[in-house]
Amino acid sequence: MRHLLSTKDLSREQAVSILDVAEDMAETQLREQKKLATLRGRTVVNLFFEDSTRTRISFEVAAKRLSADLINFSAKGSSVSKGESLKDTAQTLQALGADAVVIRHSSSGAAQNLADAGWINAPIINAGDGKHEHPTQALLDAFTMRRRVFGGNSRGVALDGLRVVIVGDLAHSRVARSNLWLLRTLGADVTFVAPETLVPFGARDWGANIVHDLDTAITEVEPSVVMMLRVQLERMQTSYFPSQQEYVRNWGLSDQRMQALPEDVVIMHPGPMNRGVEISSRAADSPNSSVLEQVSNGVSVRMAVLYMLTSGDRGEK
Amino acid sequence: MSDGILFKAATLSDGTVTDIRISGATISEVGSHLKGANETVIDATGLVALTGLVDLHTHLREPGFEQSETVLTGTRAAAAGGFTTVFAMANTLPVADTAGVVEQIQTLGERAGYATVRPIGAVTVGLEGERLSAIGAMANSSARVRVFSDDGKCVHDSLLMRRALEYVKTFDGVVAQHAQDPRLTENAQMNESALSSELGLTGWPAAAEESIISRDVLLAEHIGARLHVCHVSTAGSVEVIRWAKERGIQVTAEVTPHHLLLTQELARTYDARYKVNPPLRRDEDVQALRRAIADGIIDIIATDHAPHPLEAKECEWDAAAFGMVGLESAVPVVQTALVDTGICDWARVEQLMSLKPAEIGRLNGHPSSISAGQQAELAFVDPNSRSVFDINRLKGRSTNSPYLGMEFNGAVVHTVHQGYLTLRDGELVDEQIVAECSKLSQHEGLSS
Repeated sequence: MRHLLSTKDLSREQAVSILDVAEDMAETQLREQKKLATLRGRTVVNLFFEDSTRTRISFEVAAKRLSADLINFSAKGSSVSKGESLKDTAQTLQALGADAVVIRHSSSGAAQNLADAGWINAPIINAGDGKHEHPTQALLDAFTMRRRVFGGNSRGVALDGLRVVIVGDLAHSRVARSNLWLLRTLGADVTFVAPETLVPFGARDWGANIVHDLDTAITEVEPSVVMMLRVQLERMQTSYFPSQQEYVRNWGLSDQRMQALPEDVVIMHPGPMNRGVEISSRAADSPNSSVLEQVSNGVSVRMAVLYMLTSGDRGEK
Repeated sequence: MSDGILFKAATLSDGTVTDIRISGATISEVGSHLKGANETVIDATGLVALTGLVDLHTHLREPGFEQSETVLTGTRAAAAGGFTTVFAMANTLPVADTAGVVEQIQTLGERAGYATVRPIGAVTVGLEGERLSAIGAMANSSARVRVFSDDGKCVHDSLLMRRALEYVKTFDGVVAQHAQDPRLTENAQMNESALSSELGLTGWPAAAEESIISRDVLLAEHIGARLHVCHVSTAGSVEVIRWAKERGIQVTAEVTPHHLLLTQELARTYDARYKVNPPLRRDEDVQALRRAIADGIIDIIATDHAPHPLEAKECEWDAAAFGMVGLESAVPVVQTALVDTGICDWARVEQLMSLKPAEIGRLNGHPSSISAGQQAELAFVDPNSRSVFDINRLKGRSTNSPYLGMEFNGAVVHTVHQGYLTLRDGELVDEQIVAECSKLSQHEGLSS
């Protein structure tokens, strides 16, 4: 693995091995001394063309725990906002000696552009590109599911037979796409729940079950995991749904719907949450919710990815 | 003027092998075993001779976007591709919406001399889709504009389209519609499909093209006007046009070489060289377009040659410009997609790329065949050549070709325009020589 651009091109073995390395990383995070010397002297660049405090900080913590030098290069306050091209930015980072580049960009494919164009030799980690993919989010979600279900016996295990329901704005969600590909590779069944306007065009060819009614999905699937996606209220202006009330009534994880879910269900959300919209406060704060575990697992998974791509031996291409 | 050219043993599009003698600006003699006089003799054994190619859809970018292309560089690319006439789209800066601009473009073409440049006039002022441009003034100018198009933008207002069809009919012109419903394609990046959703690129649904074509053919029928549909790209559009032709509606349709060969799968690379409008579609669409050519539903092939500077393509997909250059690669792509697959013979290619576009564009003086007395506008193709299409084949100012590195059958070897060579043995004839020949040929035209 030279870059991490998407979960679609990860094999089952690669995915499980990333999750296993993340387990190793998580173990080191229980020690009093959390910092490892692994990437000492290496430079990791957080190249953020789009605001995302959570993802940026998560990569920052991960890089620092591995003793890497970290440069935050954000579009705001840099030359990017003055119209500097991706090419010039990449070549600049190459000249500065970046050993890994974490990129977040509003354009789908920007991470692949960096990997393919020959402007920079460093491994590229996609931290979210447009509506395309967000692979480390999917990996940390899978890691969280695996730990919840298999606890101390997680190592080497995939997610065969897990029933995962993903609810919300699937059409615009890179998290939904990356999760679908990875979960299927790991053997889970995925059900998408959304009104037709928020189902990606053509997604019936993708191998997810698509259901419009959330209550039906809950009764029929008996989900092991329910993942609620953030819904952007601006979508009302562009006729994806008529009103917030109608959205909440039909696709929100309310207290009543909580009751209908299996007792040991895992409730996930990639954050930031709209409490009272796609998820009720009670659901978000219940013991079933893994929202905060997702945040801390994010650090372990990103440590694993940085380590696997940046430390001397990069394995097979 | 030169002392003429004698092409020996060329193969005409109907398969006849013959010599072709050119004197002045005309074909003076066609027959076997012509004796060489005081003229240039070129062995054309094994080469297919076609009437000069005519591109009804070229973006020459001048005035206004000379960093991408000029009339001179664009017509050099045309000559390299076997074209003797190009119709220049109106989306320049200023827009070609007045007599002054179209006359300027026409003059630049005559001065360069590599091909006849026929300006296309904008349908609406500034391509804004709000009110009709100076259509009559352009039609009656020395550029005698007959094709009107807002290409790049769709004339989407139904009433305005109706008026445009009616008003253009007054001047025996044709509206060439870029069929794209603007609301259905806001920020669209590629064909809408499971693939566009997977790649996270906003989709351009086939229905956005098909619905406009459907409306326009109904308007053309109602008014009894001519309609030309630019760059048809979907199987559904073919069905609409088939239906319209069966009803006797005066509609003609074009397809680009790239829509006959390339598919949306190329977007997986996120390489913006494959970003074009309308977008590359599914393989089913490519096959339907090829069949539509075989069935005569599609009338012509036009390149939609759309040059852009490197920086407009060397960036994120959604930030990149739409379009690809296509003049230099048209013949190899058409041979590969249509001739070698048995869909067309060379006579049909001559119809698709020369005779029919000349007729739609009301091009005066274009040869109707290679025979004595016709204007000497010719392209010679070597169908047996096989080569990798590399950057040296591109003769315009821009290099945004999707074909670089691909291998094709067929290459244009010689091009003759107004009786003089613009391309010889695959090399462009020098700029000064061509300009001088053009000047002489215009003088002769005036004095005869």
